[in-house]
Amino acid sequence: MSAHIGGVSNGLNGLDGLNGLSRREFLTAMGGMVVSFAVPTAGASVGALVSAGAGPWPEKIAADALDSWLMVGADGRVTAAVGKIDAGMGIGTSFAQIIAEELDVPMESVTIHMGDTATTPDQRGTGSSNGIIDGGSALRSAGAEARAALMAMAAERLKVPQDQLMTTNGVVSVIVAPERRVTYAELVGGKRFDIKMSGKAKPKDASLYQLVGKSLPREDVAQKVTAKYPYMVDFKLPGMLHARVIRPPQANAKYLGYDAKQKLPGLLNVVTRGDFVAVVCQREEQAIKVARELNVKWSTPAPVFSKSYDALYQRLRETRPDASEENQKNGDVVAALAVAATKLDVFYEYPFQSHACMGPACAVADMSGDHAQVWMGGQKPYPLRKAVAELAGLRVERVRVTWLPGPGSYGMNDADDAAIDAAFISKEIGKPVRVQYSRADGTAWDPKGPPSAIHLRGGIDEKGEAILYHFESHGYSGRVRPSGTDRFGDSLAAQLIGGYKANSSNLFQLPSESYKFANKRRAANLLDWTPSLNTGLRTAHLRDPDGMATCFASECFIDELAHAAKMDAVEFRLKHLSDARHKAVVKAAADKAGWQTRTSPKSPEHGPVVTGRGIAYAPRSGTVVAIVAEVEINMDTGKLRVTRFVAAHDCGFVVNPLSLVGTIEANLMQAMSRAMFEAVQFDEYKVTSSDWLSYPVADIADTPDQIDVVIINNTPDMKSTGAGEPATRPVAAAIGNAIFDATGVRIRRVPFSPEALRAAFNKEIKI
Amino acid sequence: MAKPTRLTVNGKKVSVDVALDTPLLYVLRNDLDQHGPRFGCGLAQCGACTVQVNGEAIRSCVTPLSAVAGKHVTTLDGLADSYVERRKKVAGSLHPVQSAFIEHQAAQCGYCINGWVMTAAAYLDKKPGATEAEIRGALSGLKCRCGTQMSILRAVKLASANMAKDTA
Ligand code: FES
Ligand code: FES
Repeated sequence: MSAHIGGVSNGLNGLDGLNGLSRREFLTAMGGMVVSFAVPTAGASVGALVSAGAGPWPEKIAADALDSWLMVGADGRVTAAVGKIDAGMGIGTSFAQIIAEELDVPMESVTIHMGDTATTPDQRGTGSSNGIIDGGSALRSAGAEARAALMAMAAERLKVPQDQLMTTNGVVSVIVAPERRVTYAELVGGKRFDIKMSGKAKPKDASLYQLVGKSLPREDVAQKVTAKYPYMVDFKLPGMLHARVIRPPQANAKYLGYDAKQKLPGLLNVVTRGDFVAVVCQREEQAIKVARELNVKWSTPAPVFSKSYDALYQRLRETRPDASEENQKNGDVVAALAVAATKLDVFYEYPFQSHACMGPACAVADMSGDHAQVWMGGQKPYPLRKAVAELAGLRVERVRVTWLPGPGSYGMNDADDAAIDAAFISKEIGKPVRVQYSRADGTAWDPKGPPSAIHLRGGIDEKGEAILYHFESHGYSGRVRPSGTDRFGDSLAAQLIGGYKANSSNLFQLPSESYKFANKRRAANLLDWTPSLNTGLRTAHLRDPDGMATCFASECFIDELAHAAKMDAVEFRLKHLSDARHKAVVKAAADKAGWQTRTSPKSPEHGPVVTGRGIAYAPRSGTVVAIVAEVEINMDTGKLRVTRFVAAHDCGFVVNPLSLVGTIEANLMQAMSRAMFEAVQFDEYKVTSSDWLSYPVADIADTPDQIDVVIINNTPDMKSTGAGEPATRPVAAAIGNAIFDATGVRIRRVPFSPEALRAAFNKEIKI
Repeated sequence: MAKPTRLTVNGKKVSVDVALDTPLLYVLRNDLDQHGPRFGCGLAQCGACTVQVNGEAIRSCVTPLSAVAGKHVTTLDGLADSYVERRKKVAGSLHPVQSAFIEHQAAQCGYCINGWVMTAAAYLDKKPGATEAEIRGALSGLKCRCGTQMSILRAVKLASANMAKDTA
């Protein structure tokens, strides 16, 4: 199996095979674009769909035209376009499965083309685990339309009614006389369909699936382990210069000038505007050195951040909110707390976290002519096109943004900001520019997942019944930095330059669950955090926005209620959950884990090393996940290790189970890292987490001994509901509950670092 | 500028005319068109830039060009060929670590994978049959932000077992 997946399918390795075109003509023909890595290209650069050529480019790729989604090459290869990107999970293979299935062509003749505004329909890119949901369903419809059209053409050509025809391997043939046949290539190869998406073509019945639902190996993995997969960082333009940004040393510091007399090898330009500063050099290593050594003068600003996490959480708890929302209310939570025999009143706290992507962001921009082209590695190239047009002062037809694979991204990371930086610098100097962020730009200056202080109150009556659940969060919106860059003002560059407005919006921090209690309320409060927009603590979407924080609080608190009601954690959940599908997932995880019904904590063990287990569950936009964590803790050192995860995962019908399991495992590991190690450090003036030492993440030594994944409801009649993020959500809660089971100590603040655990054990356990 | 620096990259003799203190990473990527080693931190903290110099895994982001003058550099781009040549394998074969990564589908975004493959290959070339505990130790310090560690570990264990059989 080898479908071809590339963001740039018209890229060529070198200039061979151009049939007499000179290099210059080639550059013109391709809109000045040369891709200097080997992209899987076979058959992909033919036809209207992917050869965008020089601009102007269409303002909009018509979503209602079949030709926008799919083409059959003269050689019979099928290229499908989708307005999504691959954030590192191998979704391209799943897309190829869907197209190959609907069209009845072999996997190896499918090319998936993604993330280029000039050649793929605008689906806003990828976010909210919507790749399969939106991208997959669009491709399914396009495949069905194309197959229907091919059948109609074949019926005419073969003079046989459609119901007597069948399709296999890119060929339409007569069912009773298969030698009477015509290939897709003969019917429409290299030509346009010229038909509208009717919406009437019926996709293949799921019970007939041959490819969708199969565990096919991902096509990108072999390329990745042999250095053949094209990444954003590999992209080169002729004459491209290398830039690095220089960020203010303290939040809000004003740029006051630089030492123009300094002799720095390779330095070509210093670009400054407002507090935005960048240097441009001939070579990459020169830019790195110059950015480090250039003497830039900055003002000393007043402090803008809290002194510490204690101070931050206090501020969140005590400041009057700027916006509030109540999204569930029944009974009387105040009265219930007053009459409860056992009252619980606690705060859970979740820190700022960084995307800290494996590679700090990289982007290339060419704004030197009357067209603008930007190559970037972020999830949303389509909105970015508008922001680039605004920055360039060009109509969108003159702007093209092309996604190339970045390092794994988990929401609004630093990629869009780097793309805007590159565009701005290129425009200023009139030459093509590559921006590569430093590690500190990627860790100290990426948009952060927001913190939250979450107030939970509960009560048990004298009969031992849980009668109250009251959730109220106090935090910052995860969309202060918007989740797409629709306008220049949304970018860090614009905020450092000053005078631009970002399209910030409120994202209330609320849990999802289906517990029923006689008295229940969920509410969220947000404090204005827009003053952070020009700093490294501006908040944005980070994998499963607020999901980990709110689930950590809610699901640990459910355990506290179970404990107070003297019940087993699974039993308590099954008793109070109202949604049957949610119960089924909790049960499936417990069964697979071999869950022993008993109350927590476990009876004390001898020696410093203790073990325990915990469960947590969460729904997320139709997907439901429950996780059991088994842990081992050294009470003397505070060292925690997760020895096993069990995940029960219900995301409906699964296109590729093998790649789903990989995605779930990776979610668990990343979320484990966030739960155990990650909190962005800061002082009053700046973010102090700037590299892997000051922002530690899980090491391979922390890897569990075992992960078991149970997939439920994977039947063709179930809707696919997305899997890019849901398994992240319950991880901190499951581990927190396991720590309590092992030690009897309830940890209400992430991360569970050895220092934090040791301090908590020393405080709570009297020896 | 001083004399060009000579070194061997994936079996080919090359000579490069850039400052001697240039980190090897940029020479490999920007002058010699290698794509395996990638920039992740520039601080020797993540391993994304790992290459082998005379068979040892090193971090090219902090290795000056001068340190590899006259030496043999292998990148992920040339790992398979160098293995074929050393072990007299059929042309086109992959290093067993690469095959095992494919077998276990050990990559999400793959940005980090160079570091894991090059480090594990250098280690197992010397110590085929290494145990899981030894492997965890040898690979400690490498970063993978996507959380692919479970399948990476499975892959390296498989490669270790396969390489032990191959040398037996
Ligand atoms: S880039 Fe060299 S160790 Fe991170
Ligand atoms: S696979 Fe993405 S960083 Fe490792």
